[in-house]
Amino acid sequence: MMKTYVKKLVAFLAASAVVFVVFSLLLSNGVINAYYKQIIMTVCINIILALSANLIINFTGQLTLGHSAFMAIGAYAAAAIYRVGLPFFFSLIFGSLVAALFGFLIGLPTLRLKGDYLAITTMGFCQIIVVVLQNIPQFGGAQGMTGIPADTTFAWVFFSMIITIIVLYHVVNSRQGRAMISVREDEIAAEAMGINTTHYKVMAFTLGAFFAGLAGGLYAFLMMFIEPTQFNYFKSMDLVIYVVLGGSGNFAGCIASTGILTLLPEVLRFLGNYRMVVYPLLLIIIMIMRAKNIRLSRLAGIFRRTGKEGDNNAAA
Amino acid sequence: MTFVEFLQQLINGLSLGSVYALIALGYTMVYGIIGLINFAHCDIYMVGAYIGFFAATSLHLPFIPTLILAMAGAGIVGVLVERIAYRPLRKASNISLLITAMGVSLLLENGFNCIFGGDPRSYPHNILKQTNIELGPVHTDSLHLIILTTSLVLMVLLQIIIYRTKIGKAMRATSADKDAAALMGINVNATISATFAIGSALAGAAGVLVGILYNSIDPYMGIQPGIKAFTAAVFGGIGLIPGAFLGGLILGVIETFVTAWYSPLAGAIGFIILIIILIIKPSGLLGKKVSEKV
Repeated sequence: MMKTYVKKLVAFLAASAVVFVVFSLLLSNGVINAYYKQIIMTVCINIILALSANLIINFTGQLTLGHSAFMAIGAYAAAAIYRVGLPFFFSLIFGSLVAALFGFLIGLPTLRLKGDYLAITTMGFCQIIVVVLQNIPQFGGAQGMTGIPADTTFAWVFFSMIITIIVLYHVVNSRQGRAMISVREDEIAAEAMGINTTHYKVMAFTLGAFFAGLAGGLYAFLMMFIEPTQFNYFKSMDLVIYVVLGGSGNFAGCIASTGILTLLPEVLRFLGNYRMVVYPLLLIIIMIMRAKNIRLSRLAGIFRRTGKEGDNNAAA
Repeated sequence: MTFVEFLQQLINGLSLGSVYALIALGYTMVYGIIGLINFAHCDIYMVGAYIGFFAATSLHLPFIPTLILAMAGAGIVGVLVERIAYRPLRKASNISLLITAMGVSLLLENGFNCIFGGDPRSYPHNILKQTNIELGPVHTDSLHLIILTTSLVLMVLLQIIIYRTKIGKAMRATSADKDAAALMGINVNATISATFAIGSALAGAAGVLVGILYNSIDPYMGIQPGIKAFTAAVFGGIGLIPGAFLGGLILGVIETFVTAWYSPLAGAIGFIILIIILIIKPSGLLGKKVSEKV
């Protein structure tokens, strides 16, 4: 058991090291230009976000429509503390911790709610945080915060993503992770088995918020400019879409769908304005195809080795 | 705030709230019958506003025919959306349906943006004459009163449809238990289509009313009122028609007062109230607590 685990971890780290070296070489040789570099980094940030949302939505079965609020908190907290004089790395950590704290504080009362009520409440929190940020003049208000240095490099983004994958994979395959899955499967049964469901829901929320905050910090230092409306509930919806299309309880599917859906608008750029129509159209077609049991996660089957969960229809 | 100002704000709040209520009814009816948060509903409202706009500008129709045309058009769009996008997913998980609804919402917004452009358009001024009305010391204008009256008339009509007609009975039966309703010989698909038609028609009417009141429509006009109307529906207890009505009115009044008092809060106040209500009474104002069965 332990041996296969170590083997898997080493294989994963080796594979990610190879990917990193290849991309770094391509970037330093200018094969990938600055424009595509930014897109690739955005993909990595979105993967961190999607995986953190995945923990809450797919593994714990709590539909949140406000995950981008934690990204906003992470971004603003990191950028603000950097101004005070903390180095980049500690700013990122600080942003994540503040986001996690908010995740805890928001999760504690709201996670008593279920299903659609939870969805709308989290969406409400997202909106409230956007409005609050718009009204803090120190953060630039609605105009947004400028003058953030471009400290986020490809290495930062990539290794943050790798760390997120490893940590969340561990969480999901731990005692706590199994408790979270049991909450998803049947809350009442889980409670009857002696699992403190609120505890695990809040834990998933806090952990998810932590990584969303990390992604937010990276995003702030990548874009060099943040404004509250970038983090409104449309961003949260994007995350839900990534997560659900990836298939439930599936790391590889989640990563693949996030990558594809982040790149899709760029690929469709040749359509001009119409890409904004084609994207939702594709989304609807994919959902209908899925209902007829043609799944996107099956396309990601080649990557399946890293995610042992496989297809679990049960959630959501 | 003097008492007169209070009354004036109350009228403004009630007319805004009645618009929220009109939209919220569609959310709540659809939720009641298929358990879906219909994210595209706020865009049906936008479609209604556009149909009304073209009826008023190209066909030069007066207010009432414009309203009826917009309601019919929005109703048809709502039925088509259900038929094409939602029906194939009837048996899929809730969350797939939710994402499809988000897709339809984006499609309508961006589609209208592509076809008609993103610039705001305004209704012709002569469609409803805006006169000041004095009710004793209270000054208000005719627009707010007309909107309030129109909404109330439509809501009374809805009550009659739901509680006095055969299709209303079918709708109530289907929302109570789809399978049992089908066994009793109710055509569930037709009933769901009817629900979408009625809900969308109400949203279309709201679109025209708001288009005339604020004199500006654009493809993304539905987002903000959509969120607020949905809040209103949850506030009142989602799935309950009187709840949507009450929730809409209360939300409109509170929002108007809070905005008059401290405007930066306008965007968030609805949610703050919602969260407080949900934490105290999670099933909404009129919702009953359903005990869980294992």
